[in-house]
Formats: sequence, structure tokens, C-alpha cells
Amino acid sequence: MAERCAVIGVGQTHHKAKREDVSIAGLVREAAKAALADADLTWSDIDAVVIGKAPDMFEGNMMPEIYLAPALGAVGKPMFRVHTAGSVGGSTALVAAHLVKSGIHKRVLTVAYEKQSDSDAMWALSVPQPFAAPLLAGAGGYFAPHIRAYMRRSGAPEHIGRMVAVKDRQNAMRNPYAHLHLADIDMKMVEESMMLWDPLRYLEACPSSDGAAAMVLAAEDALSGQYPPAWIHGTAMRSEPTMFAGRDQVNPQAGRDCSADVYAQAGITNPREQFDCAEVYVPFSWYEPMWLENLGFCDLGDGWKLTESGATAFDGDIPWNASGGVLSSNPIGASGMLRFLEVAMQVRGQAGEHQVDGAKLALGQAYGGGSQFFSMWVVGSAKP
Amino acid sequence: MSDETTDAPGPVTMLATPIGLDFDFTPGIAQSKFLRGLEQGKFLGQRCPVCGKVYVPSRGSCPTDGVPTTEDVELSNVGTVTTYCVVNVPFAGQSIEIPYICAQILLDGANLSFMGLLQEIPTDQIRMGMRVEAVWVEPDQLTPSLASVRYFRPVDEPDADYETYKEYL
Amino acid sequence: MSAAARTPRPVSIASFAQMQNVRKDDEHNEVEMLMPVIAEVFGNIGITKDDVDFICSGSTDYLIGGPFSFVMALDAVGVWPPRSESHVEMDGAWALYEAWVLLQEGEIDAALVYSFGRSSLGDLNEILSLQLDPYYLAPMWPDTVSLAALQARALIDAGKATEADFAAIAARSRKDALSNPKAQVANDIPAETLLEDEYVVSPLRRHALPPITDGAAAIVLAAGDKARQWSDKPVWITGFDHRIETHSLGARDLTSSPSTTRAAEVAGLADGPVDVAEIHAPYAHQEIIIREALGLDETVPINPSGGPLAANPLMSAGLIRIGEAAASIKSGKAKRAVAHATSGPCLQQNLVCVLEGE
Repeated sequence: MAERCAVIGVGQTHHKAKREDVSIAGLVREAAKAALADADLTWSDIDAVVIGKAPDMFEGNMMPEIYLAPALGAVGKPMFRVHTAGSVGGSTALVAAHLVKSGIHKRVLTVAYEKQSDSDAMWALSVPQPFAAPLLAGAGGYFAPHIRAYMRRSGAPEHIGRMVAVKDRQNAMRNPYAHLHLADIDMKMVEESMMLWDPLRYLEACPSSDGAAAMVLAAEDALSGQYPPAWIHGTAMRSEPTMFAGRDQVNPQAGRDCSADVYAQAGITNPREQFDCAEVYVPFSWYEPMWLENLGFCDLGDGWKLTESGATAFDGDIPWNASGGVLSSNPIGASGMLRFLEVAMQVRGQAGEHQVDGAKLALGQAYGGGSQFFSMWVVGSAKP
Repeated sequence: MSDETTDAPGPVTMLATPIGLDFDFTPGIAQSKFLRGLEQGKFLGQRCPVCGKVYVPSRGSCPTDGVPTTEDVELSNVGTVTTYCVVNVPFAGQSIEIPYICAQILLDGANLSFMGLLQEIPTDQIRMGMRVEAVWVEPDQLTPSLASVRYFRPVDEPDADYETYKEYL
Repeated sequence: MSAAARTPRPVSIASFAQMQNVRKDDEHNEVEMLMPVIAEVFGNIGITKDDVDFICSGSTDYLIGGPFSFVMALDAVGVWPPRSESHVEMDGAWALYEAWVLLQEGEIDAALVYSFGRSSLGDLNEILSLQLDPYYLAPMWPDTVSLAALQARALIDAGKATEADFAAIAARSRKDALSNPKAQVANDIPAETLLEDEYVVSPLRRHALPPITDGAAAIVLAAGDKARQWSDKPVWITGFDHRIETHSLGARDLTSSPSTTRAAEVAGLADGPVDVAEIHAPYAHQEIIIREALGLDETVPINPSGGPLAANPLMSAGLIRIGEAAASIKSGKAKRAVAHATSGPCLQQNLVCVLEGE
């Protein structure tokens, strides 16, 4: 029988294009120390550390837990490193949750980061493979054709992507940690931005950020902190093969199965009604309507209508990415954890200016690779 | 700390330490067959003995069944654009003039599309469903590499019906 | 400590398989390397991928030289319909730990764990330098053999070992490997002869270094009814823990391994006699350090499989230690065994897994 587990501390860095003021160790410590302070704990209260990030080649530091152990107070403790592509921030938090749910540890610190400015992430993603044509230009080149497929299938009008791009950047104005603070953002500005990977424009894509996220997870008999705990009501991961005949990359089965699993654990039958908000990995604007459908917030083909209606806006009935989301801050390895962390902040009532009024139950989602890896959790203010 | 000089060096914020590593690349048995096919100017795929789907290039296993793909299948030189994007962003190592069309191409007889460069058509005239063919380098230039395929170009055929390729987007 | 106080849910090593360890497999890609191993680990107990509830793998991109190397490797399993799956950028022994943690919750009963490492594709000495502090150490490219040699020198200077001890360990390991068909380096050369080897980096002669190995391995874990269904005499994990030390070599006593000692305490190693130990000590001298840290006396046989001196596929060598220790129990040669895995320069991070038969 699994133990109950809750988020009792959260911390994140100020996300920026280049955090030249800190080393990698300094970056992760900034987030970790904030999480410990939030939980009213010190390093010595922590039983184990779980760290996650995207490919090591982003910084040129192989298996960084080895170098970061002392910086994260892990000396003499278990330290664990997760890597599941872009979903890693989420799956790292899930490994930490399992260490508590299994009864093995009482308090676990989990940290995820990326310091993209220490290397060249686009280069690291496009390492020339022998025998292959160098066609791709970063992740956008991979996802743009699938976005086109979604538009074709759903009949969504072109302005939907721009709406998401504007909405998430407006939300980011309420989040002091967000990388992008574009005060003048509007539909026209997005439309006039450079077309990078047709149909994706520059302002419809996420930035490259340096940043870190951290959380302290605790068992029921080890709670502490300034805010009430965010109880974990469900956790799930799913993977499917990267390329196979008949693979639906617009609405991947792995995403649908993952949400069905986590909803069953949390007693969710109508996500749009039951959740008060959601933080979902939307690195390119069009992924909001796509994931609205994949996560069952609406019927197939209706995701764009939900976005268009304003339902997912900050003042809508189901705000998505009130923090500004991945479109406003993208420290890759940490981006998934930030989704999980932001919903914990919402149900703890500590989200400040981007607090969704009365948020009690929320969904955090992360995905990675070519939409074949998913991790999710549901957190709530009530004990499960 | 001393303020005597105004041009005192500031903190070190960046240290460039270039990392260069060389690796061998092992394509494996299945992918070697594909590459040897390119050397002969043809696309060779493999069929899964369980689900019957044809993969090109095959990496040696059926990704859904997890079993070795053993039966070799020669595929057509002609296929369908299932979806595409127009790349307009410069990046390191790029050898093609932007903007260019990066298309997912489903060869006739295959059950998996792959990414290819599309040329000989203005970027604003590309359509999903367009029928295209591979343009190969001169026979004496063929190598076991995708460089043997110069690009794909439209063929004079009606577009494929959406229903025929919608599962391969 | 909470970890020591709790009694873990019994989880068994239901099946183990490994690839033939070789210096360089230039015929197969990662998927082709793994497929036979995974087929064997399922085939041993007559199950399929549909019988496991969770999959976890261990590998590192820096051995392949490209990002996301674990992604395509998953095609060796065929995760369709979609599966609950995870990956650690660590040795497969830690992937096994993650799966064991999930099984502790009692909601799932079986997991597949696999790992792969092609140490042959690049210059390992250079690659492993990138594990070091990226600002102060890595830019100088200190190579992994030299770091191990520093440790060996410290051991000699502390009066804890001699070069002859290193040779004896190497000779024994490779002789034992003669009975392990999967071993890469197996021979019967007396220690005295080995001592005539040239130094690679003093005080380490060639024999004291591990071979460069391409390899892959897989284990199926089972709990509850499945553990009994899949084996008449299950081999149980009775204790499992891992610990890390500081990165700065200058701040460590390189002649001891407190992280191993702590992990062994939490895993309850001293609660009973140990019949055999499989130790992931890539360099001969490291066996001496780990043996002492585990509190094993001279009578406990170490690495009857030949150990990492006979085959050292990075990212798999730790997982293989657990598989080999389980095999010793399954074959009736041992009732209780300990397996160890390590990561980082000079044994910085260590894992201890205690196994028992019935």
C-alpha cells in the first residue's frame, strides 16, 4: 500500500537566456535553496536527491549528478539521475514521489535544470549523424509538420496559434520568474514575427532558457512549510515507440493512456469541470489545442474552439499555463518540472499574481521526444 | 576591493572550453542493407513478420512488436507528401539555401514516412498529398548514404486522396 | 533513518540475460544488440513484454556520441500499446533500483530492466573526463586511468596494498572468467608473470585495468504471485541502497569507500553471512577498497564471474553484477550474496544490493 505524498516546498530560478552570474551548481542551488526555505527545512533534513535534465550534451557535462552531488547537499545520501527526454522534469518529480510513496524516504529533494547558454542546444540536438541528410533545424522543424497535420484534421483557423502565443506571454507578465516579459505582445506582433518553420512563427515558439526548478516532497508524517501541502492524487508515465506505421503524432496514444491512468487514480471523469487549472507542456503555440484534445478537456477536433472561446485564458473557466508556460520560459530539463511545480503552487495558494482563484485540484503534464514520452500528476489541496 | 582603477577586470562570466570527441558509428545489419540499397539507387525496406508493416529505413526491429525484421522489400521511387514544413531558420551545419521544404514522404509500399528535401517547386505551392519522386545523383556518384538522393520533386500525377495517407501523418 | 527501519517488500530477480561481452561489436546497432538479450530474459521464464508492468533502462549518450540514445533503443522492446517506462542516465543497476522502488508500492508486480553500453565507439579516457567539474577539472582533460592510478598510489602509500595484490586480483579474476562463457578476457596467467607488464600509468600496469567492452544486459524483477509463478526457488532482494560522495577528489580519502559502507548498512548486509560477492571494481585495486568497505573477510569469494576485469561494458557492468550474484544463488553455489555497482571517478557513487535464496 503506497504512502501519501505531498509537495511541501517549491523553488525556481529567474529564467533567462543566459544566467552568466551563476555556474551550473549555482543555478541548481538557487532553486533548491528556495524550495528548502519554502518547506522550512535545511539540507540535513533531506533523505535523498533526485535530479533530472535533458541530454548531457546541452552543457557538455556527462552524468552531472557526479559533479553536482556536493552542491545539492547529497554527500552521504542517495542521489539519482533521470533522463526521459523533454518529459524529464515531470518524470524526475515522479521518481522522487515514488521514493516517498514506497515508504523508503520521508523527505526527498528533486531538482531539474538546463543551462543552455553553457553550450549550444540546437547544435546538440542536430549532431550530424552519418548517412543522414541534415534537414532538421531544431525541434521546431520536427514539430511543424505535425502542427500542419493538426490544422488539416481539425480545420482550425490560422489565428489559433497566435492566440495561444499572446495568451501565454500575457500570463507571463504576472510571473516574476518567467524568461519572456513581452509587455506589448499582441496578435499583430506575433503575425509580424519571422516565419521560422512554416507554419510556425518566431513568437509561436518557446525561447531557449537557463533555469532550474526544485521541490521538496514529503510523507504525511513529515510535513512542514509555510503553505499547506499539495497532495499528490495521481502519477503516471507512458511511452510509445518513436516511429511506427500508423503512429498518430497529433494525438498520441501514449498521452491518452497516461491521462486515463492518472485520472483514474485521482477520480477525474470530467477534466474540464473538475480541474481548476492545468500546466501543460506547450513549447509551440499549437500544442495547446492539440493537448486539450489529447487530455480529454474537449472532444476530438474541438481543442481550437476551446482556445478560441477564451476558456483557457487566465480569466477563463479552465486556465492553462497561468504561469506563462513553456512559451515564456524553457529551461528544457526543468520545463516539465515547472509544470508540476506550478500546479502545486496553485493548489497551495502561493502563486501570487498568477494565482487562479480558489484552485484546489490541478493537472501537471510534460511530454518529450517526438511526443512519445509523457508524464503527469494530479495535485490537490485536499488529502487523497 | 580597490577602486583605484576604473578599468579593473570584472567577474569572469564565461569560459570557452571547446569539446571535440570522435565516435565510430555502427549502422547495424538492417540499416546497412538500406545504405547498400542507396548505393544501387534504390530504397530497401524490411517487413515485420508479425504485423506485416514495411519499414524504411529499418533499424532491425519492428518498433511495436519488438521482433527482428527479416524480409527485405524493395520500394518504389515514388511516394506521397503526408505533411511538411518550410524551414526558414539558419543553423550550424546547414547546407541548403533557406527557405526550403522539409517533407514527410511515404514511399509507395512503405508503412512509415521519412523526412526528405523537396525541390523544383516554389515553397508556396507545396501541398499535403502531393506525389513526388526521388532524384538520384549520377550513377557513378552513388554512395551508401542519403547523399545519393539529391532531393524529391513533384511528379505529374493527381494528389493522393487524404484517406490514403491520413494514418501516416 | 527511515530507510533502515522499514522491511522491504520481497522482490525477486526472476530472470537475467547478458550479451556476449566483446571488445567491439561493429556489426549491430543498439537495437540489434539488445533484441536477443531481451528475448532471452523473457524466454528464460516463458513470458512476454505483456507480462511486465514497468520498464526502466540505463545508458548514457556520451558513449554513442549523440543525444537521446535511449530513445531508439526502446524499439528493441516494442512498447506498443504504450507502456509505463523510464530511463536513467546511470548504470542499469540504478535503473533496477528505480524499478524496485516502484514494486515497493505494491501496485505493480513485474518490471523489465535493461542497459547497454558501447564503450568502443569513442576514446573512453577522453569521454569520462567529461564527468568531472566542467569549470575547474574537465577543461584540463584529466583521464580516468590517471585518476584511478592516483587512488591506487594512495592505497599503496597507506600500506593497504601492494602492486602484487593488484596482480593477484587480476590473475584470479581472469582465471575465474574461464568458466564464464560471456566473459571477454579470460586466461590463466600467474600473477608473477603479470607483474612483468608495463605500467600504463604507474602504479597501474596493464593487467590492473578493465578491458574496453561493448555489452548489454537485462533483468526481470517480480513480486507477489508472479515471483512464485516464474521461479520455483526465487532469489529475493532483501536490501538495496546507494550513496554518493563528494566530487572533489582532494576532499576524499581515496583509500576507503564510506558511501559503500553506508549503503551496505542500510541494505542490512551485516544481518547474515555472505557466501559470494560480485563487486563492480573496474580497476584491480578498487576491489580491495570495496571488500573492506563491505566488511567482507578473506574467505568470501569475489567475482566468480570474472567481474569487471573480465568484461566491463559501461552502464551495464553494475547491472551484470546483480545478475551474476543472483545466478550464484540460483545455481545453489550461494545462499546469500551481495552485489555492488559504482559510478563516477574513483568509486564516487556506490550501490549495494543484498540477495537471498530460500
